[in-house]
Amino acid sequence: MSAVHYESWGRYPKHNPAGVIKLFWKDEIPRLDNIEGSVLPYGCGKSYGDSCQNSGGILLDTRGLNRLISFDEKEGVLKCEAGVTLSAILDFAVPRGWFLAVTPGTKHITIAGAIANDVHGKNHHRAGSFGCWVNCFELLRSNGERFLCSNEENPDLFRATIGGLGITGLITWVEIRLKPCPSAFFYYESIKFDNLDEFFLINADSDSEFEYTVSWVDTSATDGSLGRGIYMRGNHASPDKFKLPDLPKPKQIPMPIQAPFINSCSVNLFNLLYYHKQFERKISQVAHYDPFFYPLDAISNWNLAYGKNGFLQYQFVVPFGSERDSLKRMLRIIARSGMSSFLTVLKTMGDKPSPGMMSFPRPGVIMAIDFRMTGEPALKLLSTLDEIVVDVGGILYPAKDARMSARDFQLFYPQWREFSKFIDPKFSSSFWRRVIGN
Amino acid sequence: MKILIFGACSAIARETAICFAEEGAKLFLVDLKESRLEAVRQDILTRHKTQIEIYECDANDFANHPAMLDAAIGALGGLDAVLIAHGTYPDQQALQLDIEAIRREFSTNCISIISLATLFAGYFEKQKSGCIAAISSVAGDRGRQRNYVYGSAKGAVSLFMQGLRGRLLPSGVKVVTIKPGQVDTPMTADMPKGFLFASAKVVGKGIYDAMKMGKDVVYLPGYWRWIMLIIKLIPESIFKKLKF
Repeated sequence: MSAVHYESWGRYPKHNPAGVIKLFWKDEIPRLDNIEGSVLPYGCGKSYGDSCQNSGGILLDTRGLNRLISFDEKEGVLKCEAGVTLSAILDFAVPRGWFLAVTPGTKHITIAGAIANDVHGKNHHRAGSFGCWVNCFELLRSNGERFLCSNEENPDLFRATIGGLGITGLITWVEIRLKPCPSAFFYYESIKFDNLDEFFLINADSDSEFEYTVSWVDTSATDGSLGRGIYMRGNHASPDKFKLPDLPKPKQIPMPIQAPFINSCSVNLFNLLYYHKQFERKISQVAHYDPFFYPLDAISNWNLAYGKNGFLQYQFVVPFGSERDSLKRMLRIIARSGMSSFLTVLKTMGDKPSPGMMSFPRPGVIMAIDFRMTGEPALKLLSTLDEIVVDVGGILYPAKDARMSARDFQLFYPQWREFSKFIDPKFSSSFWRRVIGN
Repeated sequence: MKILIFGACSAIARETAICFAEEGAKLFLVDLKESRLEAVRQDILTRHKTQIEIYECDANDFANHPAMLDAAIGALGGLDAVLIAHGTYPDQQALQLDIEAIRREFSTNCISIISLATLFAGYFEKQKSGCIAAISSVAGDRGRQRNYVYGSAKGAVSLFMQGLRGRLLPSGVKVVTIKPGQVDTPMTADMPKGFLFASAKVVGKGIYDAMKMGKDVVYLPGYWRWIMLIIKLIPESIFKKLKF
């Protein structure tokens, strides 16, 4: 047992586990009920807050469970161990003509982590969340029982585990459906919009024509420019239609040092430059999936750029109907606070339901905002934003959260009591203890 | 190609095995436990269709080594190359006062490799072709106080392979010494990962390339050749004071 490098991605709050058990072979997992204290599976640690932390308990490091088990080339059905990363799946699948049906903004996460957080991507308006593409998985409970979970077998455990934050038991292997892709490349367009209303105009045109849509928003802008940004929309590029470039060499550079490069000055400057770097109203290009989906993965640990205190991500969905008004209110509050966000992402979500009982993705408008952790001022700002989210019936995303109140969580996820019946008695997380108030 | 990999369930060896499977080589995988071998076989077969046989054998079960070799030759109809990849990374602090533990480490990380290499050498020498690769370590290039038990075991492996290379030269058998630096694998799971750490995939591919080219000694990744050159040049009077 050891405890080196088991932080969360936001590096706040800082919790230490009492120990770590590294899992390498799915048939050699120790009996978990003999362990002292609670346990929590840990993958790549890309959850931002404390949902991947277990203060004073044990983490089960699943990254050693990294083998493929089978692949049906005709149907695109892949079975693999829980710790296989999305990156490894893409390396395997793309040359064979298959792609992940749903992928979030980083590929350095485990497949079991993608299920536990029921992640979503730029195609949520079409494909739904990751959980929509899971055929089945095996769940190992602390009493040693192994359950095959799918829509047909143990459907309650299946639904509870998708979006279940890792506390319903340990996923040992997973079977998912991939989707065919014509190449490793994407055709995409970037369109500048001057304010939030323009975003909604472009968006109305885009969702039916483009499989992938997402926008970057300049949170430093105010008044008539409030909510300006760049809209990105894309589709898989087929070699019949586009001249595709050569495959790029994979490379990843590390963040050289931990230092607060990201502060309100640099963020305002970045936002200004980023918005104006694109002169034309609209540009189109063909790009490899790496820069298209995973631009931030190019720097392996960019989170260090926030310095030793880390950062907070604030991600919410507000339901359709209230979105313009509530987003404008929030953007005004953020701009006025002077705490601009470096990477603000805006997207409309679709209505394809997830099988997950506690899943976050749902119809509405989603926004993700990063703030440097400055202590009280940052926490206070987010509490102000909470009021608006609650007011319009929105919800926050547990995978990104480090600070929502127990009251708000229980309001956002009233099904938590029903979900609690499926929690493995040996499993817990710092997040869970925080939001249920013990 | 017909390849035997001893210690095939190690993270590095699996990557090398995947490279060989991709070109259609037949594989004979040997490791401690059948359930692990089965998981590795499934992983490789999912990627590339080829013949993969598995065999349970403990590196320290010296008496079983000849039967293991016979089984490989029988199953694949001969052998073209072997990779000896098993190993442990002992806790130096716990070892240095425990002579029994040191003997065990030497058995696993040195004597068993020498035993296997000797066995394979006999087979390939008669065949007048083949390739024997073994994973040694940069730790075997100089005795550092932080890991000199592991280092001296690997150092002996490197010297043994060097001598064997000369002996097998007339028979056309290649002897490849692999010296990985720090690799992110289960063996190093407890170490904090600095910028010099390489992935098992990069090192596994490097081993495949070295075996295909029949190189003598390879450092993986290549920059370790220059790091170790500098470390070897440090005068002993200074080196003995270094704590790393």
